[in-house]
Formats: sequence, structure tokens, C-alpha cells
Amino acid sequence: MSVLVVVECDGGEVKKSSLEVASYGSQVAQMLGTTATAVAVGEATEANLAKLGEQGISKVLYDAEPRLKDFVNGAYTKLIAAAAEKESAQVIVLANSNIGAAVGSRLSVRLKASLATNVVELPKNDGGSFTVKRGAFSGKAFADVVLSGDRKILAVKKNSIEALHEAGKTATVESFSASLSDADFADAPKQVVMQDQAGGVLLPEADRVVSGGRGMKGPENWHLIEDLAKALGAATACSKPVSDVDWRPHHEHVGQTGITVSPNLYIACGISGAIQHLAGVNSSKVIVVINKDPEAPFFKAADYGIVGDVFEVLPKLTQAVKELN
Amino acid sequence: MKFLVCISNVPDTTTKITFTPDNKEFNKAGVQFVINPWDEYALTRAIELKEAQGSGTVTVLNVGEADTEPNIRKALAIGADDAIRVNAAPKDAYFVAEQIAAIAKEGAYDVILMGKESIDYNGFQVHGMVGEMLGIPTVAPAMKLDMSANTATLEREIEGGKEIVEVNTPFVASCQQPMCEPRIPNMRGIMTARTKPLKVVEPVGEGARTSVAEYALPPKKQGVKLIPAESAGELIKLLRNEAKVI
Ligand SMILES: Cc1cc2nc3c(=O)[nH]c(=O)nc-3n(C[C@H](O)[C@H](O)[C@H](O)COP(=O)(O)OP(=O)(O)OC[C@H]3O[C@@H](n4cnc5c(N)ncnc54)[C@H](O)[C@@H]3O)c2cc1C
Repeated sequence: MSVLVVVECDGGEVKKSSLEVASYGSQVAQMLGTTATAVAVGEATEANLAKLGEQGISKVLYDAEPRLKDFVNGAYTKLIAAAAEKESAQVIVLANSNIGAAVGSRLSVRLKASLATNVVELPKNDGGSFTVKRGAFSGKAFADVVLSGDRKILAVKKNSIEALHEAGKTATVESFSASLSDADFADAPKQVVMQDQAGGVLLPEADRVVSGGRGMKGPENWHLIEDLAKALGAATACSKPVSDVDWRPHHEHVGQTGITVSPNLYIACGISGAIQHLAGVNSSKVIVVINKDPEAPFFKAADYGIVGDVFEVLPKLTQAVKELN
Repeated sequence: MKFLVCISNVPDTTTKITFTPDNKEFNKAGVQFVINPWDEYALTRAIELKEAQGSGTVTVLNVGEADTEPNIRKALAIGADDAIRVNAAPKDAYFVAEQIAAIAKEGAYDVILMGKESIDYNGFQVHGMVGEMLGIPTVAPAMKLDMSANTATLEREIEGGKEIVEVNTPFVASCQQPMCEPRIPNMRGIMTARTKPLKVVEPVGEGARTSVAEYALPPKKQGVKLIPAESAGELIKLLRNEAKVI
């Protein structure tokens, strides 16, 4: 019996959301009186995997097969299932990411496990029932879900768990092979295209987000958003109409039908705060709204607000951040 | 080519969410239900592909009780050929996936499409479960889908980019934008939808693996703290010293 954590790596590094997942998994292991092992997917270095000890992981299994560098559903599912069998994992924890959801759902059938996605808190394990809190209704509510199967798979929402950092602790890295065959790579990508990320910060992983709406008037004004984002080390985002008219690319659109984000800081500039937009951002820890209309609905969801013109306010904010640093 | 499009019946996106007094169930009273917005991408794309091929069928499938039929009829009005309703309240993603897999197998569908997730339960699970139950590939979430004979080329969203994936039929894909522009029914569609076949079948399978013990609403916000526009820079100090987020 143990806890298995799936960590996603990219360019040799463990993703931030996976550090959170590792911390989550090791706390679940402690709760159950067992240890947490990780299985790494993607491109990783041994040194970075060993550092998962800081998140409470004791051992990391890693298959260095080069074709596993990019996401392949068939192969990842088989690899993680094999790791789960090897470790007799009772609980499997992964990120509520596109990879986590794709693999977690297949694994739940293969391993006869109960699955909860969008998990926002550590589980409660009392009186023989295993319950976990998850987001529901597009961020408008929460549900406590009872997982009845002997095995449980939990997909943890980004930024809902603080990553542990026990400096100096290391995990042992073990090479691991799931004896993957060519057939397991039948759905391997023909091509992987990475998008340009403004300021190099990936929106789904971002701690801080500066977002613009129709109030920005046009793409030529986006440098105001980008300047503030750069000063803050934030990712940039936008509302749906902005991406619909191609002022910004689709992958920046947040909301009900776009990306869901839950950063520590979300700054909304010239966005009205329609309910469909809120659905994608309302679990952000702190929301700042800049809008010239004091009646804009977004102010009801905000922690801080400035009633004013984005063209005047944004340069002042960027200036103030620069002075602070 | 036979397309199977799975649709769920969800509260309209602007619904104010409330629960029964014991917090055990969503309060449906006075709520308008719609086709899950993500599923509209799946439905429209299936119809477009069928039209482009000049042959084939689009079947819509919903797991739900009789009150979902207006939205099934709407899907028929948009252009699906026929519909199946599995007569059961959807208990959890696993239960729904079992129903879809059973119907997909029996009907030998080539392409099974659905939305990325439902906007009520936000599971993002059914696609993978169905793929695994049927032993066929899943591509989730897909932003683009083209077909050439029995091969599909899809763009799959990954964090920070996309993968171009090729799979052969049969396969499952969960759809999201910008796959297509979802269609709305026209008058002719609405008229013909009434006469299109809607089959009702009973559920199969082992049942659910999860249940909801209780729902809760998020804690109320404290209320917004306003900073005058002239002294906008003050906000940055508050974010550092008070909110401690920068
Ligand atoms: C099914 C469905 C799904 C949807 N999904 C999404 C989604 O995922 N994401 C999303 O964002 N939307 C979504 N929408 C659209 C949503 O309803 C709103 O239309 C959209 O969010 C509005 O975008 P906006 O706030 O940028 O534009 P607007 O509503 O036009 O608001 C612009 C705001 O800018 C302010 N403004 C103007 N000029 C200035 C200035 N100089 N300085 C400061 N403020 C200024 C105005 O006061 C106004 O509040 C969806 C809609 C539907 C029906």
C-alpha cells in the first residue's frame, strides 16, 4: 500500500503544478501512514527529480525512453498503471491538467479506481469513508465527493495546495521500464507546437495574471498589459470577445469556455465581469479590477478595485511595481 | 461514417447556483437547462464533417431523464439525424461513460465526440473512461478535427501549446473551441426535428464509483477596497504589504 504521485516534467524541470501535486501526495501518504513514490513523465533530469525529496517524496521512478518526452496517452497510461501496480498504490495523485485529465480518466477504468478531478483540498479519511472537496459549477460551488472504490485517483487543481519545501531532502531516483511497445505509441503526436508566451510565463501555471478585455480598445494597446505583466512576472490573458476578434490568441482566453485559472493574483483591465468570464477566474486568491464603469459587475467579485481609465491607470501601476523592485 | 455525439443537459451558464436545504442536491427550481456549451462544438463539428463527406449519420446521445428531451430535440434541430436517451439520472462520470461505451459498441460508431467537460460537474473524465472501456484512443481536449477517409487529424491542447495527433477510427475526442462556430437551429431544422427518431433505452453497467455527500457555496467576498485612480500606485503597496501576493 502506498501513494503514487504523477509528476509532469518539461524541458528537464518539474512543473510547478507537479510540485504541488507531490506535496499533496506526500501529505496524503502521511495521513495513511505510508510513503509517497513519484513516477515522472516528460523530459526530466535526475538532479531535478531527486529534489522532489523537498516535497516529501521518497522515491522517483523514471523511464528515460525518449518517445515519452511528449505526451502520448496510450504510453503514459500504461507506464503509470505499471508504476501503480509495482508500488501497490492505493491512492494516485496527479495534476488537474490536460495530461492529468486525459490519463487519469483512462487509468480509473484500467485500475478499477474511483476518480475525483478538480480537487482543491486534502482528503478526509474518517469512519471508513474517503471524501475530498472539488470545485463544481464552473467555480460557483464546491462538492464533497465520496470515493467508494478501494483505489482512488485524485486530480489536484493548480494553486489550491501550497508546495512544501523541506530544504536539503532528496529522493532516490530509480530507472523504471514499463516495457512499452510500438503499439503503445500509436497516438504519439506527429508534431508539437509551442506558443509564444508573453514574458515566458505559462498561463495555466501562472501565479499572477494580468488580463485585458474589450475596454483595452485594440491590440495596439496590449503593450500596457504586457508591461505590467513583465514587471510582475505575470502571464497575460484576455476575455472571450478579445480572442474572438483576434486581438489576442485563443490560448489566452479565460472563462467558462476558455482556460480556467486560479492564480494568487488576477488583475482584470477593461473587463466587465460577465458571469461566463468569472467562471474561469473566480477561484483566484486576490482579484483586482480596473474599470471606468463603477457599476461593472466585476467589482462585486473583486478584492481591490480602481474606478478609472485603463490607459491612465496601467502605466502608473507598472511604474509603481518598478519602483518597488 | 457514423458519428456519435454525447450531449449533457446543464443549467444555463448564467444560473445562480443554489442547493436543497440539506445541501445534498442542486436546486433545479426555476432553472433553464441548455445543451452543455462544450458539447455544441462536438455536435456542430460532427454535422459539418458529415456534410463534407456527403454521407453518414450523426446520432446524439444523452444520459438523462425525460426532462432532457427538449435539448435532445434542439440537437436534432441543429442537424443530428437521430437520438438515443438512456433513461437515467447521470450519477457520476463512470456511470455515464458505461452507458456511452455500451451504445457506442452496439452501434459500431466510427467517431465518438463530446465536449471537454460539463459546466455543472466539470468532470473532464468521460472521454478517457469511454476510450479505455472500448480500448480505442482518446484525444482530449481537441481544438481542431479533420477527417480523411478513416484517419483523423486533431489538434490537442497541451499547457503552453498544442500537439498534432493522427488517429484511425474508431476513436473518442472531447472538443473545445476554436473547433468550429456552434450552429443554432433554424426554422426548417425545428420543424424536421419533431419527426426524427428518438429512442429511449434503459441503463446498463455496474453503476457509480463516486457520490456527492454535500455541496457548498464559496465563502462570500469581503467586499471591494477601492483605490482612487490618481493614486493608483498605492494599489501595488497594498498588494505587497496587505494581500502579500507580490
Ligand atoms: C455560452 C457562453 C460562454 C462564454 N464564455 C466566455 C468565456 O469563457 N470568457 C469570457 O471572457 N467571456 C465568455 N462569454 C462572453 C461573456 O458573456 C462576455 O460577453 C464577455 O466576457 C465580455 O468581455 P469584456 O468584459 O472584455 O467586454 P465588455 O462586456 O464589452 O466589457 C468591457 C468593459 O471595459 C470597460 N471599459 C471600456 N473602456 C475602458 C477604459 N478606457 N478603461 C477602463 N475600463 C474600460 C467597460 O466599462 C466594460 O465594463 C461567454 C458567453 C456565452 C453566452
